[in-house]
Amino acid sequence: MNWNWSVIIEHLPRLVDGMWVTLELVFVSGIVGLLLAVPLALMRASHNRWLRLLPYAYIFFFRGTPLLVQIFLIYYGSSQFTFVRESLLWPILREPYWCAIIAFTLNTSAYSAELIRGAIQAVPKGELEAADAFGMSRALKIRRIVLPRAFGIVLPAYGNELILMLKSSSLASTITLLDITGAARSIIARTYTPLEIFFAAGMFYLLIAAVLIGAFRLLERRLNRHQHYKLPERIGEIDPRLAD
Amino acid sequence: MKLKKLFYAVSLSALTALGSTASLAADKIRIATEGAYAPFNMTDEKGELVGFDVDIAKALCAEMKAECDIVAQDWDGIIPGLMGRKYDAIIASMSITEDRLKVVDFSEPYYSNVLAWAAAKGKTLDTSKEGLKGLTVGAQRATIAGLYLEDNLADVVNVKLYDTQDNAYLDLAAGRLDALLSDKFPAYDWLRSADGANFEFKGEDVDIDDKIGIAVRKGDPLKDKFSAAIKAIVDNGTYAEINAKYFPFSIY
Repeated sequence: MNWNWSVIIEHLPRLVDGMWVTLELVFVSGIVGLLLAVPLALMRASHNRWLRLLPYAYIFFFRGTPLLVQIFLIYYGSSQFTFVRESLLWPILREPYWCAIIAFTLNTSAYSAELIRGAIQAVPKGELEAADAFGMSRALKIRRIVLPRAFGIVLPAYGNELILMLKSSSLASTITLLDITGAARSIIARTYTPLEIFFAAGMFYLLIAAVLIGAFRLLERRLNRHQHYKLPERIGEIDPRLAD
Repeated sequence: MKLKKLFYAVSLSALTALGSTASLAADKIRIATEGAYAPFNMTDEKGELVGFDVDIAKALCAEMKAECDIVAQDWDGIIPGLMGRKYDAIIASMSITEDRLKVVDFSEPYYSNVLAWAAAKGKTLDTSKEGLKGLTVGAQRATIAGLYLEDNLADVVNVKLYDTQDNAYLDLAAGRLDALLSDKFPAYDWLRSADGANFEFKGEDVDIDDKIGIAVRKGDPLKDKFSAAIKAIVDNGTYAEINAKYFPFSIY
């Protein structure tokens, strides 16, 4: 086994190009997915039964089928219909880039909606009662109490979801996109050095995941700072009767 | 008692049967093909191996007056299987490449592969580098066609690489690709199918000097026997007959 560093160095620019594609896919679909997930989660947490059932089918479908199948359905499936090819949507559905964004967005919004629903239902009852006691309207209560609290609660789980999506984004390479994995596979077709190139590709994913993990840690520390226990700074000045 | 006798009889006949197949196997040439590369090698409705490669294999065996067994083997493991003596030759549309020549020997080529452009009927496609400028063209990843696009045209066209040839066909049919570059003969088969009916070959074929040969183990005298038999069936017209069964043009 000859480990070939030079093949990695030589093809690094192509992998870096791939990294930008991967980052775009994850961030665009992550942000749009989150925006979609919030109303879905509110519906899922609603007390109205019909409102609760409506997004259920959507979430059930996207959580219950493999992402690869969803990508293929959107990319190869949509193009099978003449009316789709003649519709106004075709300029978008024609592009593998947008098909991947659509698939990732819908997929992640289904998962995130369930995460956020759980967080909304975990907002302490007392805080909601306090809001009621102040006479807040339902909208104001959601805006001031429910959502800010739910975001704090959902953060660790949502960070997890984003990292899972980062790795799932490698499926974009199956519809001709040259993300990190797509670039790696194209390089390997020429160099026959799968070990070195996939190793390098893995390092790129690790790097992005590390940045994501760090960013979420900072965000958590800031948003949930009221929840963390901190030692009193001037411990000596505690009431001597309590110090013991 | 009766049972015991029966047991002896069965085991005796089993032994002789074993012995006879073992001695047969020594004279038989075992040939592997892939069975997933229409129209060269594939399985029919009855599960039997058919196709151009299979017909050529049978004609060669008849020419060499040898008994042959043709078996199906997945592409990934087809060379390791040859080295491991699971069979003695590979007739599976295998290109003769420098990398493969390091581990196996090849007979003289039995056909030549060229690349061809395919695009929608009624559309004019100028296949010169100038004419392709700005178009989106596709090919299967890790194939000679895919590498050719990347090496020669990546600076002027938008290259899209697919996991399978079928997916590339799908996108050509969907209009996402302006043109497709692929091995000519399998593409010819697709163009004759219902899905490919609205498409046709365009421009000149791309000759990439890709020769298809029969792989045997290094130093195996079968190599020269196969080469001689190929020459014989080409000379006596058997080859042309098989060729005409699949393609209206010569692929030799």
